[in-house]
Amino acid sequence: MTTSLTATPAAVDGPRGRKPRRRFTPATIMLYGVLIVAAVYYLLPLYVMVVTSLKGMPEIRMGNIFAPPVDITFQPWVTAWDSACTGLTCEGIKVGFWNSVKITVPGVLVSIAMASVSGYALANWRFRGSEFFFTCLLFGAFIPYQVLLYPLVILLRELGIFSTLTGVVVVHTIFGMPILTLLFRNYFASLPLEIFKAARVDGAGFWQIFLQVYLPMSIPIFVVGVILQVTGIWNDFLLGVVFAGNQNYPMTVQLNNVVNAVQGVKEYNVNMAATLLTAMVPLIVYFVSGRLFVRGIAAGAVKG
Amino acid sequence: MALPTRRIPFLRNLNAKIAAIPMVLVASVVFVGGTLWTVVHSFTDSRLLPSTNFIGVEQYERLFDTPRWQVSVTNLAIYGSTSLVFSFTIGFLLAALLDQKIRFENTFRTIFLYPFALSFIVTGLVWQWILDPALGLPNVVRDLGFEGFDLALLGNPDTVLFALVVAGLWQGTGFVMVLMLAGLRGIDDEIWKAARVDGIPAWKTYLFVVIPMMRGVFITTLVIVASGIVKLYDLVVAMTQGGPGFASEVPAKYVFDFMFQRANLGQGLAASTVMLLTVLIILVPWALLMFRERKG
Repeated sequence: MTTSLTATPAAVDGPRGRKPRRRFTPATIMLYGVLIVAAVYYLLPLYVMVVTSLKGMPEIRMGNIFAPPVDITFQPWVTAWDSACTGLTCEGIKVGFWNSVKITVPGVLVSIAMASVSGYALANWRFRGSEFFFTCLLFGAFIPYQVLLYPLVILLRELGIFSTLTGVVVVHTIFGMPILTLLFRNYFASLPLEIFKAARVDGAGFWQIFLQVYLPMSIPIFVVGVILQVTGIWNDFLLGVVFAGNQNYPMTVQLNNVVNAVQGVKEYNVNMAATLLTAMVPLIVYFVSGRLFVRGIAAGAVKG
Repeated sequence: MALPTRRIPFLRNLNAKIAAIPMVLVASVVFVGGTLWTVVHSFTDSRLLPSTNFIGVEQYERLFDTPRWQVSVTNLAIYGSTSLVFSFTIGFLLAALLDQKIRFENTFRTIFLYPFALSFIVTGLVWQWILDPALGLPNVVRDLGFEGFDLALLGNPDTVLFALVVAGLWQGTGFVMVLMLAGLRGIDDEIWKAARVDGIPAWKTYLFVVIPMMRGVFITTLVIVASGIVKLYDLVVAMTQGGPGFASEVPAKYVFDFMFQRANLGQGLAASTVMLLTVLIILVPWALLMFRERKG
């Protein structure tokens, strides 16, 4: 009986009268019209990439860039992956793919580990000067990479890791630090302080609280950090060119070499297949993560 | 924690201090130290290797006398102002449209934002292909019957910048839209009700009530987008390689070329210092504003 009693007020306050008829007013038609036109504009390049990569070269030369393929062929994809020429060698974009994997995986892990611990220290274990260093770190988020390129070249050369995978991972960790530290600091600072105090009273120390209390309750923010870093490191071009060394060039650099090669006949279908292959990883991350991706860029936006 | 250690302030929270060492090193050595190193060495005659032979502001004089640098700065100004105006207008309009309690809001948002997940290299290469004078969009327009149509955006020094703007907008407008949408959602519903009761048309409410209320969002977005524009590099490398001629050169590319290809380090460092100054001009007023708002 009690359940029905609590249910009635909602029913009384609910909508009354006839259900309004849904109508296509000129305004809503305009609204959806504009949105659909915009959506077509945004989707068009993706469509062009897919269509072009499935055509043969004769069909591309004859036809319309927007026309769907008549004879679907997957040969461009095979060529792009396996035998397209990137500068001197012709081993396809797969070399760059694996290089990017070798840079991205450790880059993401190391930068997240470092930044989460720093953010935790800044949120819960402030020490004298910690805010000052944090301000310097945030300043670093805005410094153009060009300003720090040469000092970093010298630094890595002194450490003996210039032009190596380790070197480029270190550089990605450095440049990822401001945003990620901010992300984790703000998240840990938003957790109720009682949890931290209770753990302290129970005798837990710095690492124990981090690993056993905070880590398990912070999975979402770690996912946001991973999304941010995977797309960021995978899409990087400049740092890869400068710090990775010829044999470790990431996929973006190899892709640019394939497409903008000066010699040889341009094979647009192979180029677009290679471009799609490079775009695949961030696209998958984006479509799978959805709302968390938005949260990541919003977190990056509230600096300061 | 052992009792005696508490007496020495430096050893308090020792674990936290050890854990913060990487952060402290990155902030002080790399960000502050590296910036100082660059600024100091921009006053030297460094060529292939850094030198400590100071020559005053000579590098800067030479920099601003170089036609390629002048073109780069002009290009960045044109690209920057055009893409700021368009990305803010389009980004805000899309956000306002998405805010009308429409169906499929998530689908539309996903579509508008996905280019932002792609690299500038991918963006540049796709648009290079779409705008290809022989086989791309211009060809399609010609096939439709406009025989003399010659939209060689990429091959013409006067229009190549707008090709870059079109590609850059495709990649970045979604980001502006998301921030604007967050700002719009932060506006209290009561404001809208009050405006409706007073019979103010929606566009007027946006223009005179909502946008002024979103000042903070606008400024933050402006700072982020503008400091990103200063760094413009990958897109140019992928799409035009600075060409035709020097028509689409930008400062970041000037720095890279002089540092790593022309062995003229001093020039590269001076140019990068100017880039840093540009970012500071954008950043400092904003930082002061945020600081003052937090205090008062």
